[in-house]
Amino acid sequence: MTSSRKRFANLNAVIGASPMIAVAVGLYIFGIAYSIALSFTNSRLLPKFDSFAGLANYERLWSTPSWLVSVHNIWLFGLLVIGLNMALGFLMATFMDRRVRQEDTFRTIILYPYAMSLIVTGLVWQWMMDPGLGIQESLRNWGFEGAAFAPLASPDTAIFGVVIAGVWQGSGVTMAILLAGLRGVDEDIWKAARVDGIPIWRTYVFIALPMLRGALATAFVLQAVGVVRIYDLIIAITGGGPGIATEMPAKFVIDHITSRINVSLGMAGATMMLIPILVLVAINWYVDWRRKRAALQAIG
Amino acid sequence: MAGRGFRKLLTTTAAAALFSAPAMAADIEVIHWWTSGGEQAAVSVFADEFDALGGDSWIDGAIATGDAARSATLQRILGGDPPGAAQFNTGRQYEELIEGGLLLDLTELAESEGWRDFIRPSTILDACERDGRIYCVPVNIHSWQWGWASIPVFEQSGVDLPKNIDEFLAAAPQIQEAGFIPFAMGGQSWQHSGAFAVLMLNTLGRDKYEQLYRDKSVDVASSAEVRKVFESFRALKQFSDEGSANRTWNDTTNLVITDQAALQIMGDWARGEFAAAGEEAGVDYACIAGPSESPYLTTGGDVFLFPKQDDPDVEQAQLKLASMMVNPRVQALFNNAKGSLPVRDDVDLSLADSCMQAGLELLANPDTVVGDPNLWLTADTDGQIRDLFAEFWANEGLSVDDAQAQFASIIEAAE
Repeated sequence: MTSSRKRFANLNAVIGASPMIAVAVGLYIFGIAYSIALSFTNSRLLPKFDSFAGLANYERLWSTPSWLVSVHNIWLFGLLVIGLNMALGFLMATFMDRRVRQEDTFRTIILYPYAMSLIVTGLVWQWMMDPGLGIQESLRNWGFEGAAFAPLASPDTAIFGVVIAGVWQGSGVTMAILLAGLRGVDEDIWKAARVDGIPIWRTYVFIALPMLRGALATAFVLQAVGVVRIYDLIIAITGGGPGIATEMPAKFVIDHITSRINVSLGMAGATMMLIPILVLVAINWYVDWRRKRAALQAIG
Repeated sequence: MAGRGFRKLLTTTAAAALFSAPAMAADIEVIHWWTSGGEQAAVSVFADEFDALGGDSWIDGAIATGDAARSATLQRILGGDPPGAAQFNTGRQYEELIEGGLLLDLTELAESEGWRDFIRPSTILDACERDGRIYCVPVNIHSWQWGWASIPVFEQSGVDLPKNIDEFLAAAPQIQEAGFIPFAMGGQSWQHSGAFAVLMLNTLGRDKYEQLYRDKSVDVASSAEVRKVFESFRALKQFSDEGSANRTWNDTTNLVITDQAALQIMGDWARGEFAAAGEEAGVDYACIAGPSESPYLTTGGDVFLFPKQDDPDVEQAQLKLASMMVNPRVQALFNNAKGSLPVRDDVDLSLADSCMQAGLELLANPDTVVGDPNLWLTADTDGQIRDLFAEFWANEGLSVDDAQAQFASIIEAAE
């Protein structure tokens, strides 16, 4: 009786979810498979499946300087931006959590950059870091003759200019997520910590921080996704330059499937971008699976 | 009361609009990347002349930068929502659209108007032709081989106008000491590769240049002459300013217009910027053909192509637009504003200034006319070359030898 009703309920759920499943399979799975298949062809503008190119596109990809630079850049950019956003976000969240005056105002100011489009962010930072009209020129006009702040002008420092814009844009939302997490920490824990005479900073770092695991994971995933698909910020702030110093994988892919009219090479790049994401998903599955098994063993 | 009156008004207006519109009218959305001051003046000629023909109307679809505009066109054609007309550069950027049968065949119009007879040089119409059919209309001829010099800057630095790049490099330190930027360069990769190709043509001469880009000769690409070009390009870098990164071409031209910089190597479209700023050739600025004693002219330019549509009204309007674009009067007005040369030699050029006259003279002599690399290179290869020259410009850690080796391998792999 119960099992048949359960099966019936499952069937209902499956029927209800079928549009979702169709979209997921049709768009995501098919789309990904199609992209991967294209990367083994010689397609230029229109898809051509009659010519198998083997690994030629991958060989060219890994010998193309702009791709190699973009892979290097995304690691550097990702580590710096995620690291700085998490650190700054946590610091700001703890300050907010101390019930500062005008908390609402500060929260709005800090969260505001996240509400702005990356194109606007990028353009404003481009102007601020322009040697002719930005911060450097203003400082020099105020009398600091030796002032030098024009990271975008040199290929060695341009990526750090992009990092500044990324941190300005992303640290606020990390703060908001972590602050929500902090507010969820039981008041009694603070009282207990105070009774035990534990300094406030230690309470934050050793007691509150581990309890924020969920909020930290959310913030991290949001940041990581933002880094992988970073495109608009680069377009607005440097266009990939100077030279090819701030190229990013997503820009490489989009350039090649659009203006450069080499879809198969672009798709080879897109397939490479998929690999780290698949690795992350696999790790997630494995952790889940182990936890479930442990839970089952505990019951059994 | 007021509400009812308003609604009545609306209905009447709508009805009037419905019935007064001519049966054949169509809106033609035109995607192009002409957004700077001089370019806007030029594209307005097309728009106004087309609207003046009556019936159909020009819907302006300006998209900044050629890359973005071409991408938008390609994506919209592939996505089944093609624009009425779209700008491309004369060359191979649209060859797969022709092969895929996605473009309107203009052959009948071209034959009835005799495009073959008046469009010159024939290479620019060849770029529109596939198997004897014509699929696009060339609207102008652009050449890259111009040095734009600020006469006041050269005078105040006590230096004569240079006849070639070597002379300029010799004089550049003196210009720098006088407090000017000797060499104006922007940050877009096509600016680097364009200027580079100019030096290449001046150094190699026509035959070797065509061997390099048309026949993809690796021997030429790895020759000592090409090495010299890389060296001069690197030498020019030290005479540019710090703001070079990220600067657009017209902001860069503006440095010469406002007498902050001495020289810019840029195509003839820069003339439109000087004209729009009210500068006079020979007084405020000089255009140095080449810059070389024996200048050549490449004949690149822009074409418009017309993606196939289901609607016969639209098709009619597309053909009308194509015919208008090569009309002698429109050609004269458009090219005067744009700074480019007309695609036909029977147009009234009484308005042409000294720079345009110099260009026309070079164009009249078949020995000084060279094909544009775009005619022979795919967008993909061109992109690789642009990346290389942009990086070579920006990154002084990339040695001349390595850069030249990369250049040779790009040429070797080119289709």
